[in-house]
Amino acid sequence: MSKRIGMEVAVAAAEAAALCRFDVAAVYPITPQSHIAEHLSDIVADGRIDAEFITVESEHSAMSCAMGAAATGARVVTATSSQGLMYMHEVLPIASAMRLPIVMAIANRAVSGPLNILNDHSDIMPQRDSGWISIFAENGQEVVDMMIQAFKIAEHRDVQLPVNVNIDGFQLTHMVEPMEMPDQAEVDKFLPPLVPYATLHPDRPVSMGTFAMNDVYTEVLKAKDQALINSKKVILQVWKEWEKLFGRKYAPIVGYKTEDAEILMLTMGSMGETAEIAVDELRARGVSVGLLKMKLWRPFPFDELRKAVRGTKTLIVMDRAVSFGGPGGPVAGEVRSALYDQRSRPAIVNEIIGLGGRDMMVEHFIDIVERATRTGEKKKKSAYEFYGVREA
Amino acid sequence: MADAKKWPESWQEVNRGCVVFRPGSAGEYHTGSWRAQRPVWDNAKCIKCGLCYIVCPEGCISEGEDGFFSANLDYCKGCGICPHECWPRAIKMVEEG
Repeated sequence: MSKRIGMEVAVAAAEAAALCRFDVAAVYPITPQSHIAEHLSDIVADGRIDAEFITVESEHSAMSCAMGAAATGARVVTATSSQGLMYMHEVLPIASAMRLPIVMAIANRAVSGPLNILNDHSDIMPQRDSGWISIFAENGQEVVDMMIQAFKIAEHRDVQLPVNVNIDGFQLTHMVEPMEMPDQAEVDKFLPPLVPYATLHPDRPVSMGTFAMNDVYTEVLKAKDQALINSKKVILQVWKEWEKLFGRKYAPIVGYKTEDAEILMLTMGSMGETAEIAVDELRARGVSVGLLKMKLWRPFPFDELRKAVRGTKTLIVMDRAVSFGGPGGPVAGEVRSALYDQRSRPAIVNEIIGLGGRDMMVEHFIDIVERATRTGEKKKKSAYEFYGVREA
Repeated sequence: MADAKKWPESWQEVNRGCVVFRPGSAGEYHTGSWRAQRPVWDNAKCIKCGLCYIVCPEGCISEGEDGFFSANLDYCKGCGICPHECWPRAIKMVEEG
């Protein structure tokens, strides 16, 4: 039976990984790490599960080590954040190209410079094209659930791709929240032992991480793209199974009070909960507004997004990172691209919010919606704005 | 170059993660095609010391039954290290083509 507990979310993420009986955790243990790494270490040191904890000399090595372990057929977990994730960047596309089902918890934080490390999404967004499945948690419960789901998705024989679970740094990782923690028997029932596609074993030699020049590189990348696209089917299956077993529903895009909404906000991560309260208040005042919470970032949920915005006049996309000199926020850029071919599509307002840990209160979301109702797309000076930026 | 099928023809044939299940099959991939020069041995000068065999970075020089050395041109890239190191000057590079 699941047990209702109060726990710091970072600790709960590690506990969820322990319920999945990981074999190896490889992490770099210092700043900007979160308590996820520390607690994974506690779990192994206390002998609670039969696993190796490998402290490495850098995040680049952490991912390389995770890949080596996964190549032997081990179930591997790692965790990182901010600059650490940036340092891992070089290795991330190799993990996905080698189809290694690693699960990584990311405590999303700002990247330097200037030095900050408070919460936003500017660490994960540059990893967008690494070929990882990327999911975003909204609260502690979703962190626990998604960590466990992530192993099942990653290891599924039709997927075999690494998965990152995005957990807003501080706003989630350092909060103590109430959550239902599944018990071991439930997780064992949900998550079968890992059956790897190929393993490094002296008796059955294989080559991994092979060479591919211009005569085959294109085909390999096409196959990788297709693997990501195909993974969505399994993600949906896994979420359906989760709902059946645990009663909590997951979807690529979850709507909140979207019925007949003329205006929709779109958020990723923990700010969805604040935006919900703003929607409640605005609805009470008669404003026709709703909220879309995007949980699945890669593979991008094109169909779900198109369906969710049907009939909406204005879509306000909240970004928590900047694509400098580009389309504004990376999420808005993709949303615009996803809707461009549609016969009717909403006007898109892009607000870049909550950078480097700047607070976003309920009244800020209300303000954003009210301003969007006043100014249509035609009157906008720019395709995006830095919400709340102080101007001379 | 490809007489037999040496890599996937289509993306659907790409092994998951490009895992190669046949050990040693990399040998079928001939990497010497872009060589501009090749080493030629003058066995009258060769003292069979085997230095060329040792220094070849491709490991493509081998000793024949007569004790003299030659390069496997499927893999030799014409780097020129073997004539450079051969102190009896028994090897020289000649233009391909």
